[in-house]
Amino acid sequence: MCHKIRLMSNYTNINANPYADDFPTLKVMLGKETPMRLDCGTEISNFPMAYQTYGTLNADKSNAILVTHALTGDQFAADTHPISGKSGWWSKMIGPGKAIDTNLYFVICSNVLGGCMGTVGPATINPETNQPWGVDFPIITIGDMVRAQALLLDELGIDSLFSVVGGSMGGMQALEWAAAYPERVFSCVPIATAAHHSAQNIAFYEVGRQAIMADPEWCGGRYLIEDKKPHAGLAVARMAAHITYMSEGALTQKFGRRLQDREEVTFGFEADFQIESYLRHQGISFVDRFDANSYLYVTRALDYFDLAASHGNGILAEAFRGTKVRFCVISFSSDWHYPPDESRVIVRGLTGAAANVSYVDVESDKGHDAFFFDEPNFVRVLDGFLRGAAVKRGLLDE
Amino acid sequence: MNNAKSIRVDLQIIADMIEPGARVLDVGCSDGQLLDYLVTEKGVSGRGLEISPEGVNLCVAKGLSVVQGDAEEDLGYYPEDAFDFVILSQTLQATHHPDKMVKDLLRLGKRVIVSFPNFGHWRVRSYLFFHGRMPVNETLPYQWYNSPNMHFCTIKDFICMCDDMGVTIERSIALDAAGQAYRIRTNLFFANLLGEQAVFLLRKD
Repeated sequence: MCHKIRLMSNYTNINANPYADDFPTLKVMLGKETPMRLDCGTEISNFPMAYQTYGTLNADKSNAILVTHALTGDQFAADTHPISGKSGWWSKMIGPGKAIDTNLYFVICSNVLGGCMGTVGPATINPETNQPWGVDFPIITIGDMVRAQALLLDELGIDSLFSVVGGSMGGMQALEWAAAYPERVFSCVPIATAAHHSAQNIAFYEVGRQAIMADPEWCGGRYLIEDKKPHAGLAVARMAAHITYMSEGALTQKFGRRLQDREEVTFGFEADFQIESYLRHQGISFVDRFDANSYLYVTRALDYFDLAASHGNGILAEAFRGTKVRFCVISFSSDWHYPPDESRVIVRGLTGAAANVSYVDVESDKGHDAFFFDEPNFVRVLDGFLRGAAVKRGLLDE
Repeated sequence: MNNAKSIRVDLQIIADMIEPGARVLDVGCSDGQLLDYLVTEKGVSGRGLEISPEGVNLCVAKGLSVVQGDAEEDLGYYPEDAFDFVILSQTLQATHHPDKMVKDLLRLGKRVIVSFPNFGHWRVRSYLFFHGRMPVNETLPYQWYNSPNMHFCTIKDFICMCDDMGVTIERSIALDAAGQAYRIRTNLFFANLLGEQAVFLLRKD
């Protein structure tokens, strides 16, 4: 892997037009008869949602797991990504005999509302203008994402999910599912997440948004129409965010102060340090598969998320009052993006509502991104919880 | 014991106090042995609270509903009377404030079951008397300086605390080294001398 990439030039982003719909994925049109109302007050109708499935839906449609993706994830959870060519972001977790066992469960993963991998978002053509929506696209929320997913399930004829499982922003969607549609969810696994976005997290994502909007190629959000690419801004946004996904310990261990392909510092602004080179690579490879406006919209949805406010009149336990959903909350000890204390807030809200809840803080040095890795204790807990719930659901014998 | 699963004698005594189908919280549930037994053999709706990550991992992987947390911090977040039974097994002596702990447990449950090692056992007394040192044995394997146990009590001490707190003792059983059970109420003196462990069933009022 070449880390010697200059940030401000050398974008070889030729085939990367993720919004061109030129890759195979399952797709449905939603809101055909009745428009879907968004939290911001606007309605959207007849919009596409892209998704992938794994495993087989059983006869009574009781084995479906909705896997909800994180900020920069997409529906390609367990198969090869059509743009990056990399294996799915949760291919370690989803598959035959894996924690999310496709021999047992039918797994659905859809691209979120506002995303850029086939579901309607700012890069989609607005039928009224015949041009990409850009920043005229309505602001969306985690609640809107989940409402759209519920419409997808209606299309698929699935009344009730066996489980909704997701990390980070996916965990917020899982919590939103349990609060908004408790009768449609049997179990819920929010991983490395929070019941609301903290000031620190809003601050980090604001830095990212400002980086995008400060890029002259952003063109006030009209870059697709003007054939520009705000890649420098988007790469900086990704770099800033990526720092929060790794623990300081892991950074020190992986990079320390080691230099990149050189013996001495250059007394210039080249990527002297390995960590710089790594971050630049993260930034540059990201712009190939992600739309800058989507990044603005989806990070805004994160900022607006506040489950206690939207479902509990400010009291988190109220959002879950009387719930029959079985919860398994999982955090990672070195996560400082959504630290274990945020998960404890969720757990306390759930215990306050006398909910059926398990909580594990998995010891890991991998920071927030730990949920992408097959940490043995994480896999064991997820697998064990789902199997325990599968017995209760009648999907498995004891 | 004619059940499919067999568990430690002291845990069996606790299990026998619990009505089938009850709502149960096991505080300090360790690897979930008792909770698993109660769920599978007595059909209780079981929850656990455990501080050690190893214990919690084992419990959740078994399909038990267990929260990783510190009882002295987290019990306050549970709603009042959320459970029929709250269990505190072999943990009271490791708490900072045993009286507050018992009070917290009684807030959460209609009935509370507490078990603890009896510091009034004759071996403990004689160890201290003859050796002049803090007792170390199979049930109390720690040195005074590295012990997690900070508040040892005797059976008599525990009864006095319950009296002071106005807590009703519904049942009380002492277990000797051979696993023989004694009713404490009929002879406190001998129970406090021969019992290695004690199990109390408490209720408020």
